[in-house]
Amino acid sequence: MTEPLSFQRMILTLHQYWSDRGCLILQPYDMEMGAGTFHTATTLRALGPDPWNAAFVQPCRRPTDGRYGENPNRLQHYYQYQVILKPSPPDLQELYLGSLAAIGIDFTRHDIRFVEDDWESPTLGAWGLGWEVWCDGMEVTQFTYFQQMGGFDCKPVSGELTYGLERLAMYIQNKDSVYDLAFNDRPSGAVEGGALANRAAEDLRAHSPQFSYGDVFLENERQMSAWNFEVADTDSLFDQFRKHAAECENSLGRGLPIPAYEQAIKASHTFNLLQARGVISVAERQAYIGRVRDLAKGACQAWMEKNGWAA
Amino acid sequence: MPDFLLELRSEEIPARMQAKARDDLQRLFAAELAAAGLQAGSVTTYATPRRLALIARDLPPETAAVSEEIKGPRSSAPPQALDGFLRKTGLTREQLVERDGVLFAVIDKPGRPTAHVLAAAIPTIVRAFPWPKSMRWGAASLATDSPRWVRPLQSVVAIFGEEIVPVEVAGVRSSATTLGHRFHHPGPITLGGAHDYVEKLRACHVIVDPDERAAIIRTRAAELARDAGLELIEDEGLVAENAGLTEWPVPLIGRFDEAFLEVPPEVIQLTARVNQKYFVCRVPPRNGEGDQPRAGGGAVATGATLANAFICTANIAATDGGAKIVEGNRKVLAARLSDARFFYEQDLKVPLEEQAKKLDKIVFHEKLGTVADKVDRVAKLARWLVEEGIVTGSNPVPATNVRSLPGEGRGPVTVTSQSEAPTPQAVSELDPGLRRGRAESSREELAALAERAARLCKADLVTGMVGEFPELQGLIGGYYAAAQGEHPAAAEAIRDHYKPVGQGDEVPTAPVTVAVSLADKLDTISTFFFIGESPSGSRDPFALRRSALAVLALIQQHQLRFKLIKALTLAWAFRIVQITENMNEASDRVKDELKGVVDEVSLEKIATVQGIVPVVLASFTNSQSTAHATLATFFADRLKVQQREAGVRHDLIDAVFALGGEDDLVRLLARVRALQAFVGTEDGANLLAGYKRAANILKKEGWTAAEGAGEKSLSYTPEPEEAALRHALDSAEPRAAAAVEAEEFEGAMAALATLRAPIDAFFDKVTVNDPDPAKREARLNLLARVRDAVHRVADFSRIEG
Repeated sequence: MTEPLSFQRMILTLHQYWSDRGCLILQPYDMEMGAGTFHTATTLRALGPDPWNAAFVQPCRRPTDGRYGENPNRLQHYYQYQVILKPSPPDLQELYLGSLAAIGIDFTRHDIRFVEDDWESPTLGAWGLGWEVWCDGMEVTQFTYFQQMGGFDCKPVSGELTYGLERLAMYIQNKDSVYDLAFNDRPSGAVEGGALANRAAEDLRAHSPQFSYGDVFLENERQMSAWNFEVADTDSLFDQFRKHAAECENSLGRGLPIPAYEQAIKASHTFNLLQARGVISVAERQAYIGRVRDLAKGACQAWMEKNGWAA
Repeated sequence: MPDFLLELRSEEIPARMQAKARDDLQRLFAAELAAAGLQAGSVTTYATPRRLALIARDLPPETAAVSEEIKGPRSSAPPQALDGFLRKTGLTREQLVERDGVLFAVIDKPGRPTAHVLAAAIPTIVRAFPWPKSMRWGAASLATDSPRWVRPLQSVVAIFGEEIVPVEVAGVRSSATTLGHRFHHPGPITLGGAHDYVEKLRACHVIVDPDERAAIIRTRAAELARDAGLELIEDEGLVAENAGLTEWPVPLIGRFDEAFLEVPPEVIQLTARVNQKYFVCRVPPRNGEGDQPRAGGGAVATGATLANAFICTANIAATDGGAKIVEGNRKVLAARLSDARFFYEQDLKVPLEEQAKKLDKIVFHEKLGTVADKVDRVAKLARWLVEEGIVTGSNPVPATNVRSLPGEGRGPVTVTSQSEAPTPQAVSELDPGLRRGRAESSREELAALAERAARLCKADLVTGMVGEFPELQGLIGGYYAAAQGEHPAAAEAIRDHYKPVGQGDEVPTAPVTVAVSLADKLDTISTFFFIGESPSGSRDPFALRRSALAVLALIQQHQLRFKLIKALTLAWAFRIVQITENMNEASDRVKDELKGVVDEVSLEKIATVQGIVPVVLASFTNSQSTAHATLATFFADRLKVQQREAGVRHDLIDAVFALGGEDDLVRLLARVRALQAFVGTEDGANLLAGYKRAANILKKEGWTAAEGAGEKSLSYTPEPEEAALRHALDSAEPRAAAAVEAEEFEGAMAALATLRAPIDAFFDKVTVNDPDPAKREARLNLLARVRDAVHRVADFSRIEG
């Protein structure tokens, strides 16, 4: 048996896999967001007729899921691996299964299932049909055919794959806690560049210890959970929400859908923080979600208009 | 005759949609055949997650030839008419046939090859397929009208006999090629036709028949449990769902950490079932241990001992016998259960009383306040039901125990106060006489328990557990209440107060539970009706019909004697109390804020804002009579639906309801049953006929009798039959009235039965419309008396037949 992939090698493997199949390998969007779908490479590129194939890792922030580092499965910050293929290719399921095989899942010993799970994002005005993909009963991927985005029919439809990287890694590495995951690995063997380069690589390896996911992120989880739940200044957050909403509209008024969309993302994250602080009542909650949706839809509409695409 | 095979292979079809999809395929296919005049020997459908298939046996190779005759103009008609007919039919004059001076066109339609019919049918079926949700996909979805299917369609196999039926559906061309099991047999398979479909796929690890897959799961899961010394907890819903998720089902058993058994068994079962689609098992009771309540479960233990085992259904026969699959599933379940245990432990730390306070943050309905407001009304109503002796510690009351009804003879509670709404105390003081006697202390105890249980019954809505598993509402509250030391009867009431849910569900029997359950439903029905949200047609967003059926079940099971409309009005009165309190609070707040800001005189004027209260109350009072009428009709309709199964005739229920004023449903049903028995007898049927004859004459003559006119002494010597009917009425009327008063409805019917012979004889021998106006008047008055006597028991005009 070969050594299971470390967290970072799993990402490198997925990058290689999707790059070999014609995807752009993008970097994360540099803003706080609740899901990879918020990345403009997904949301805005899912609109309009132009083909688009891309893959990227997106850090996700879900303040209410924070557990101060005490729950082995829940994090307020984690990573999604997103693949967006437009139009959805006819063999998308086969392509996806190929990627699972690439990261070491053996289909003769594991049970892979496509279980109905229709995806909806109330804050993006988006929905699609698809499945959650189960591996031995664990949901490892959300597999969606987008039908609408920002309130607009997707023409054509995109296929979106969202891998839960930590879950997959826990699975592949057979770990019960996310914090025990091997983040890196200790490769051996030659690197390119001759004897000198090899000696330098050896030296570096000798000084690079093995890191676990906990070594990298446990303290972040503790501090961020405390801040999300207890510390964040709610007056300031309410104020920020208003300002992001206003700035979104300001940008829309100036015909700038991308900055407008960024402000919608900021408003969405600010709302999530307010939720974690427990200062939004049940009745208000729907109103806030509606507000964010209006902003996101406004940006999507402006994007459609800017590109001259009919609804 | 040849067979036809159709397979529509797609990406995974949701399990819950497969059974209906088979039915729809069968139905649409049959319709297409019928339209072409074809009929198959038999049609079978199959479904797996990846395919929907149909086999039609013994189809004729072509449709039958039809000869159609079209009538044309007369042979003598002008040439324009003939030309028009020839154009229409495409024939020449020589081809027409003449019969009796009329021209006919005979058009022979030769038979069409069945393959052509099938080729046309397939795209039609796909286009018309009623999936609950369908989607677009791929490059074709650039167009708005691109094909739709439940998930992307991958291949179509259509073979008639040995030949491929060439069609193109949603961009897919038909062929003889399909795929087997995704992992056991990844390559393509070529099918010969209907004859080898099932077995060829089985050889490629696909069992196309869902019933066969279900049987495998059912049998194998039970075996696995038995081999482990356990009993499978059967769940047909799960069997069907797992059959819809697999093409090659392989049940596997695993164990989870015994420590999780601290969590209530229902929670474990629900987590396993809903999130993971696993079966669970119980430890079989050994002799004498079967009824032992589970430790920690308190008053609400189910008695079943859950085992720390789960059975999952894999879609593959794994090369390691499933060891890795079981291990993976065990981990997932452990993560789920530790979440559930976390919620359980967290929730237990907070008393339900504290949780209940958070209910004032949840809006129940924008016009009916918060859930806390609802709870407050339910608590008051539950207490009232006990204090009035409607729900007692000894329900059910035997049906023969006839006693006077609390509040008998009083009208419904009306809100009459000009300045204050009735407080619940004021309302219960309407019947002070009931709060006396030996049973007072135990009644007060029961009332206090009912109120307490009601105040806590919705508290679990804000717990973490219900947030995660809404299905556990009620049940989990019962656990928490028991664990937190609430009275066992209150804990039981919290657990079961949603019951009965739907017809056939268990009806609560414990008095506290009955009071809370009934109060909850009466409040829901009443308040929604009073704000005008009554159900109409298929619209019943607040499930008021279901609530009404539950009320009926509770009333009947326990023979609960009370005036329903009065209780419903009281529920609304409690809501009005809340509204007035809100208004008074609001205006007090305004005054407080303005104190010192404006002068005293202006402040006094502001106080008149409170003058709104009586105005609002008056309008509520005005709306009451219409609400009463609609509520009565609503319950009459529900009663008819509910009693249909028991064989009670709906027209008889109408006949009793039509008398008006009767809202004690126990008494009403007793009367309906007596009436049904009576109209089934010969006397009853004849009396009904006599009544109808009398009523018809009165209607035809437009006769309205003056009060007591039928009893006036006569100015002439009556016919013997006329005199006999008068005598019969003199004797039957008071007897029927007394029997009705005593709720002896069989007796009332017996009294009416004595009228049958005299009425028949009267109609036989006596002329009503006598030329002598005095006789005519007296006889019409006599018929009116007959009608009125019958109406004391029921409105016979509503009875059919």
